[in-house]
Amino acid sequence: MDFTLTEERQMLQDGLRRMLADKVDPKAVARGDTAWSTETWEALAEMGVIGALFSEDDGGFGGAGFDLMVVFEEMGRAGAPEPLMETLIAGGLIAELGSDAQKAHLDAVIGGAVQLAFAHSEPGARFDLERVATEARQDGDGWILTGRKSVVANGGEADYIVVSARVSGNTGDRDGLALFLVPKGTEGLDLRDYPLTGGGRGAEIAMEDMRLPADALLGEAGHAFPAIERANARAVAAQTAEALGLMERIKDLTADYLQQRTQFDKPLIKFQALAFRMADVLIEIEQARSAVINLCGHLDADRETRELHVSATKQLVGETAKLVVEESIQMHGGIGITQEYDLAHFARRLTMVEHRFGDALFHLGRFSRLRMA
Amino acid sequence: MDLSYSEKHEAFRKDLRTFLDEKLPKRLSDKVRLGQRLTKEDMEEWHAILQTRNWLAGHWPEEYGGSGWDAVERHIFEEETTRANAPRILPFGIMMLGPVLMKFGSEDQKAHWLPRILNGTDWWCQGYSEPGAGSDLAALKTTAERDGDHYVVNGQKTWTTLAQYADHIFCLVRTGKDGKKQEGISFLLIDMDDPGIEVRPIYLIDGGAEVNEVWFKDVRVPVENLVGEENQGWTIAKYLLTHERTNIAGVGFATQALENLKRIAGLEHQAGKPLIEDPLFAAEIARLEIQLMAMATTNLRVVSAAAEGNAPGAESSMLKVKGTVIRQELNDLTRRACGPYAMPFVSEALEAGSNVEPVGPDYAAPVSGKYFNNRKLSIYGGSNEVQKQIIAKMKLGA
Ligand SMILES: Cc1cc2nc3c(=O)[nH]c(=O)nc-3n(C[C@H](O)[C@H](O)[C@H](O)COP(=O)(O)OP(=O)(O)OC[C@H]3O[C@@H](n4cnc5c(N)ncnc54)[C@H](O)[C@@H]3O)c2cc1C
Repeated sequence: MDFTLTEERQMLQDGLRRMLADKVDPKAVARGDTAWSTETWEALAEMGVIGALFSEDDGGFGGAGFDLMVVFEEMGRAGAPEPLMETLIAGGLIAELGSDAQKAHLDAVIGGAVQLAFAHSEPGARFDLERVATEARQDGDGWILTGRKSVVANGGEADYIVVSARVSGNTGDRDGLALFLVPKGTEGLDLRDYPLTGGGRGAEIAMEDMRLPADALLGEAGHAFPAIERANARAVAAQTAEALGLMERIKDLTADYLQQRTQFDKPLIKFQALAFRMADVLIEIEQARSAVINLCGHLDADRETRELHVSATKQLVGETAKLVVEESIQMHGGIGITQEYDLAHFARRLTMVEHRFGDALFHLGRFSRLRMA
Repeated sequence: MDLSYSEKHEAFRKDLRTFLDEKLPKRLSDKVRLGQRLTKEDMEEWHAILQTRNWLAGHWPEEYGGSGWDAVERHIFEEETTRANAPRILPFGIMMLGPVLMKFGSEDQKAHWLPRILNGTDWWCQGYSEPGAGSDLAALKTTAERDGDHYVVNGQKTWTTLAQYADHIFCLVRTGKDGKKQEGISFLLIDMDDPGIEVRPIYLIDGGAEVNEVWFKDVRVPVENLVGEENQGWTIAKYLLTHERTNIAGVGFATQALENLKRIAGLEHQAGKPLIEDPLFAAEIARLEIQLMAMATTNLRVVSAAAEGNAPGAESSMLKVKGTVIRQELNDLTRRACGPYAMPFVSEALEAGSNVEPVGPDYAAPVSGKYFNNRKLSIYGGSNEVQKQIIAKMKLGA
């Protein structure tokens, strides 16, 4: 057992923390002045942060669960809205399933020149990974796609979108899914993009007889589900690590505020009613950290073990996120809900963790079903 | 013990329903239903409609233009108006200043100000809180110094709800520096058009600007605008706190929020079935509904006791804590019910008449903003911690 970071990861953490503290302005994100900044993105690429999400075989220098944890915890601590998650998911799928020609894009991805998105979730699918209604039918050598995708993070900015579609079976089946690599501006792809609560942008995508050449297919048609589930597990690891960073930051802000704010001639922290609640927040954040470590350490385990950890971690972190957001706002008083105070952005971003990849209730149910099975 | 409504009360409910069917403009109820922002004119319009029946301040005595409602009538009014998605009545003139003037105001003040509250001439806001005086309200620093027939006011108020629309503000100001800090406070009525007043918006976490900072620089206020005696302000503030916590439980709002949640959970799908059929999600809804059923009766018990002359003290604090937590939990679950569609932040979609379409189903557009914004419920009006302190003091000798 060893819970310390390797020297490389320690260096990555330090450098990234410093760089992001310097570049990310939570107030500006909260006001909606910037969705995310290309300058920060370039700095991430330059520091090798994007590369840290990929294995050496794929041209990166990391890619393990604990690499994701280090990177995304720092993204969270800074409240950075840059679309690293989308690169992790879509880039991961290209790395796992792509032909040599498709994988050739990864260099530019790791270098920061190419933006990615993953268009999977659909209206009415909620958090069910297998619920894909978008249809892909073969047309000579190529494919024709028709369907809708909802709340596609970074969809509007992506140079390539990995799109999931069904080649056979019914909407809720695991079999019959395929992935396609779709370049920006492909005819037949209609896109409306908009800001997301907590930073970044999302898009609604409608595909109407969108024609794709044969070489747009990513991996084998009809058998994409295991790769999607694996990518989802890595995304949940990254997202819960990001949530952890956000919680740490919120906790620090709140602890400082309770020291500084005086009412009834005392700093608020001197009121035991508040100090005890803050102590609870500290306890729960440590539990969340352990849960994230559990998941990051089991990303490469067998499917059953891995997925059990996905739901366990997501459930616990989701519940903790609610506690941390609500307690920190409450203990701040009025200032806690003003946009001009940093907490607003962090609280929004942390809360939105519950709206992607399943919330605490969804994973509570999923965990018990997986355990029972 | 009898839980049924009397004939008089049933008749009132029927009358009220007909009135709401006929007189509540659909334009307004649509906005409320869709969580869109109300304008100043919207609120004034609704106040005027209610006043055609003397229902704007129904609990005021008839001699002042109210209908002399009892506790049950107030409860019915709240229940029916929220069910019909009517705009809420602004509390500042009707729930706060009105009762203060009736109890502490001079005859001249009552004759001058009360009718203007009801006929919409004046829009009041509440100037209590300051940057350094939140829970510890008596620490307020805004000063009013006597100069002939005027007070000269200097200082800053904050969190002033809808001050951008208001033409008047009632303030707690410091008129005495000796003794305990509670002793030198007075209750003053100030015209917002007076020179030296500046209002600056504060943007909240949902992107809206419902609160403001109000700055006072050498503002001259005629002495006849003092309510009660000089340095009696703390007594007035406390009176307001213990006697006028009406609608504090928010049962009507909670009932409406519960209906909305059930509707959404019936439209959203998980695993191909309506979300409301998911046993875990259904159990969460049920847990809140059970709380709310008891809350409705707790509320009626407290208001009935109040009607018999027992000033609600700790009980109204209990209503506030429990009522706000139930509403906040309902907002939380409603946001969850919308899943990924709670993420888009399209502020324009919350402005009625804007041609920006919401992303996803229309019911999802306001849910995240509402969840964040309603964190205020446990902060303002005496935070829930302050309420628990009151309960512990009054009931437990803490
Ligand atoms: C949306 C909104 C609208 C408002 N509208 C108005 C308005 O129109 N007019 C007006 O005058 N004011 C208004 N307020 C102000 C409101 O009354 C104050 O926010 C409230 O009194 C709390 O004060 P504070 O925000 O300074 O928090 P603080 O008093 O600094 O409290 C911070 C936290 O510490 C807790 N705390 C404080 N003291 C203790 C203690 N002794 N023991 C345990 N816990 C404690 C509080 O409960 C809170 O959780 C509004 C506030 C909001 C958020």
